[in-house]
Amino acid sequence: MIILFFKRALEDFRNNRLLNFITLLTISLSILIVSTFILFFINTSDMMNFWKKGLRIMVYMKPDIAPSEMPDVGRQIKSLEGVRSVRFISKEAALRQLKSQMKRQTSLFENLDKNPLPDAFETQLNANFQRWEKLEALATQIEALDAVQEVEYGQQWLGRFNQIFHLFTLAGYTMCGIFFMAAVFIVANTIRLVIYSRRDEIEIMRLVGAAEHFIKIPFYFQGLIQGAAGAGIGLAILFTVYWYMASNIEPGSFSGLIAIRFLSVPMVGVIILLSMLVGWFGSYISLKQYLKV
Amino acid sequence: MIEADAKRSIIRMFHVHHNYGTKKALIDITLDILKNDFVFLTGPSGAGKTTLLRLLYLAEPVSEGQVLIDGMNLSRVPRQRIPLLRRKFGIIFQDYKLIANRTVFDNVSLVLEAAGKKRRLIQKRVNGVLRLVSMEDRQAAFPPSLSGGEQQRVAVARAIVGDPKIILADEPTGSLDDDSSESIMKLLHGVHIRGATVIIATHDKTLIRKTGGRVLNLRQGRLEGSSIIEKHYDNSIF
Ligand SMILES: Nc1ncnc2c1ncn2[C@@H]1O[C@H](COP(=O)(O)OP(=O)(O)O)[C@@H](O)[C@H]1O
Ligand SMILES: [Mg+2]
Repeated sequence: MIILFFKRALEDFRNNRLLNFITLLTISLSILIVSTFILFFINTSDMMNFWKKGLRIMVYMKPDIAPSEMPDVGRQIKSLEGVRSVRFISKEAALRQLKSQMKRQTSLFENLDKNPLPDAFETQLNANFQRWEKLEALATQIEALDAVQEVEYGQQWLGRFNQIFHLFTLAGYTMCGIFFMAAVFIVANTIRLVIYSRRDEIEIMRLVGAAEHFIKIPFYFQGLIQGAAGAGIGLAILFTVYWYMASNIEPGSFSGLIAIRFLSVPMVGVIILLSMLVGWFGSYISLKQYLKV
Repeated sequence: MIEADAKRSIIRMFHVHHNYGTKKALIDITLDILKNDFVFLTGPSGAGKTTLLRLLYLAEPVSEGQVLIDGMNLSRVPRQRIPLLRRKFGIIFQDYKLIANRTVFDNVSLVLEAAGKKRRLIQKRVNGVLRLVSMEDRQAAFPPSLSGGEQQRVAVARAIVGDPKIILADEPTGSLDDDSSESIMKLLHGVHIRGATVIIATHDKTLIRKTGGRVLNLRQGRLEGSSIIEKHYDNSIF
């Protein structure tokens, strides 16, 4: 029975090639766009998380603060809400680190008669404070301390990026919604036209005693097949593009820090199922509307 | 007579009327058709023959009067049971109603597929009836490539493949030459012999005279009486 329904559905594809090609194209495109968004979303939030984990506030002391006052300032910072830990970095330690980082340019430091670096505190934040707005507020608080010359936190662009990221997310959801509806509409329309082209046949099937489900199931199959095939094609294109780009990013750049990843297998499964649901739903709408008894 | 034959009846109509808009197509029809009857429904074109047949398989709703088919009251058949009612019938439509883009084999097998029969059985049954109507060589052909007589034989094959209790044939010889008509009538007679009730709507009086059987006469939507016509024709064709 299943084989029979499957056969009928395939026959309909053959008999309405152009129509089904266009449908397939639309679904593939929708899936491509939606999954591109998801891929982008996953990788950007990966990146955001990575950066957020590294979020800290560097607090630079005024040069005239005596070393003996440092523990006091440290405690003051520590007592602020949202601060997890404070680490003192003396200007000597900072210079040592800088020198070791710039071994090749040691000549730069040879003529230094005075350490130009300030004493500093590296302030780590509590997990729940790693939101941009809170970070900003805390930094202002620290900057207001007498002994503090300057604070440096994150990078300005990270904040802006954060906003853009949220905008993208919103746009992404909207786009997903629109393409979902477009795909359902296109499938529904295709099925409607197939129903129309087969109206005599459907009439005959009814007259010889075919039950409604017997008539309808092949149409559902068509919707499901279109959904699955469209998802397959869309994801295949995305993967090809991803694979091409991933293998062309120079190694050693930031891709070494964060692995850019493709959609996980369950995710791919979910997308295919969702796409099949779109196909089914499109068929359902058409059958409901045009195959009244 | 109706009461006495109740058990043997397969189709009964009581005071059935049918209108198309304001046009009265059937007026106060009461009739009784027995199991394994061989009945001609006759009358000039426009008399209501097709309408009467269509009522039986609920292609038209029963809006006035009662129709009983094999114990089912058609006024009380819920929508989802209409397919079951229709499987009691093998219908030969006036315009054949074959599916143009399916092969002869698929047109015939459709009936059994719809009834949920197993593939093996379907294969066997369809091959059997196609042989019976001498269409086994054309089973892969598509209906538009067949002659009228061939299409009608496929229609007969489709009507009888499910072994229905009742065969309805609407002008089965309408547009066929004499040889084709004769072979169709032979086939219908054959299923009658094997136990089916056969109802043939036709305006062709000579066909009735050739074959013989019970005749119900329709005229302008009314049943004008029934008679038995003896076959006065040489038996050799059956
Ligand atoms: N679908 C329809 N709509 C309106 N009138 C119809 C329809 N079908 C049949 N009729 C009319 O009903 C009458 C009976 O038609 P029909 O049953 O087809 O007669 P027959 O089969 O005996 O030629 C005719 O007058 C015909 O014009
Ligand atoms: Mg007619």
